[in-house]
Amino acid sequence: MFKFEKLVFGDLGWGDEFLLAMLMTIVVSILSMGLGIFIAIFAAWAKLTSSKILKFISSFYTTVIRGIPELLVIYLIFFGGSALVMKIAKVFGYNGYIELNALTISVIAIGIISATYSSEVLRAAYLSIPKGQAEAAKSLGLSRWQIFLKILTPQILRHAIPGLGNVWQVTLKDTSLISVTGLVEIMRQTRIASNVEHSPLTFLITAAFLYLFLTTFSSKFFNFLERKTKKGYA
Amino acid sequence: MLFNIISYITETLIYKNFILVFSALDETLLLLLISLPLGFVLSLIFALGRISKYTIISRAVASYIFTIRGTPLLVQIYLIYFGLGSIKAVRESIFWVLLKEPFWCGVLALTINTVAYGAEIFRGGIQSVTKGQIESGQALGFSTIKLYRRIVFPIALRQVLPTYGNELILMVKATSLVSLTTYMEMTGIARKIMAKTFAPVEAFVAAGILYLFLNFLMVQLVQYLEWKYNPHLRLNN
Repeated sequence: MFKFEKLVFGDLGWGDEFLLAMLMTIVVSILSMGLGIFIAIFAAWAKLTSSKILKFISSFYTTVIRGIPELLVIYLIFFGGSALVMKIAKVFGYNGYIELNALTISVIAIGIISATYSSEVLRAAYLSIPKGQAEAAKSLGLSRWQIFLKILTPQILRHAIPGLGNVWQVTLKDTSLISVTGLVEIMRQTRIASNVEHSPLTFLITAAFLYLFLTTFSSKFFNFLERKTKKGYA
Repeated sequence: MLFNIISYITETLIYKNFILVFSALDETLLLLLISLPLGFVLSLIFALGRISKYTIISRAVASYIFTIRGTPLLVQIYLIYFGLGSIKAVRESIFWVLLKEPFWCGVLALTINTVAYGAEIFRGGIQSVTKGQIESGQALGFSTIKLYRRIVFPIALRQVLPTYGNELILMVKATSLVSLTTYMEMTGIARKIMAKTFAPVEAFVAAGILYLFLNFLMVQLVQYLEWKYNPHLRLNN
């Protein structure tokens, strides 16, 4: 049933392939999480402004993306993304064929999904800071940028770390879906290996253990970060 | 004029796709109608197991929750659909009648997944019931079963309704993954339309609208339940 000999490193087994696939999963997760936080900063800011249009756009984006399945978002971007990029390129006078590579598409897709969750976390973190903090900084004569960078951002980050840890776990698990784009991460590698060796159980259990290792390890890391940033506070 | 507009709309690709995807709505609903109630009951039982004073039970449930929450749902679906099917003993057992069908594999995987999350949610709810409420129940001579049925569960459930509502929405979205085991629900149909018409946006947007609608209904249901079971929080009765 479970064939350990198929998991050795080198030409006889799939050990090294799986190690590379795990690295790919980590790379995609980190890049998507980064893109997600980048988009989320704007989405959270748009939700907090007084402009009704910006508020509407931002909440429309988060409601729609969170309301439809992740797989559908990935399909839409994977199959529709290249066509969209070609249309944009046509406006600038380029008529050739453009194909985005699987890594770019995966990072964009997972990033867009992850951003909806991150934006809520960042918004809640911003709202949890007492108003007096910004007011005190203002009365000390700090400029708006200084207030944002030196007073608000450190506190937002401290409040957001537990929430971002949860988003990270979801993002990490969502990367299993990008195997449909053909990018060789853990899940894709599992399908390839089980098709070659006709032993799906071995490789699926391996994949489960790899994901379990990644989620456990990263939750330990986020706990450490949380403890570290909480130092000096109750 | 109006007739022209209607005939124009019915001629568009997105409308045709919408009708096609809509015909697969019952497949998605069937998945939910079996796995959600089953998941709810099992979640409550597992939550009680998680806080059981027998260490063996609570440890076993805790490691089950840890494993399921630490792995993606896709791995679990594949493990049940491809993994179990590759074991000879399973193929020869009576369960094979069900397990050879992608539908029942989907139901099994979704239930296993939601129970892990649900049990953890309900555990939080049960533990949030204050000691005074349990003690007053005991003082009135309630038996343990009656205490749970009349006091602990009602208070705990309404406490966790918003969180459990989130889990229900995640489940609606999770049904789309069952399409990867050749089960033709809404996402599977949308994928098939895409392969036939080469128009990805129209196919997936049609499916997306239906999922949004399903989730909208789910949110309304949860809000109604919150309103119904929290009479003390209503402004005017």
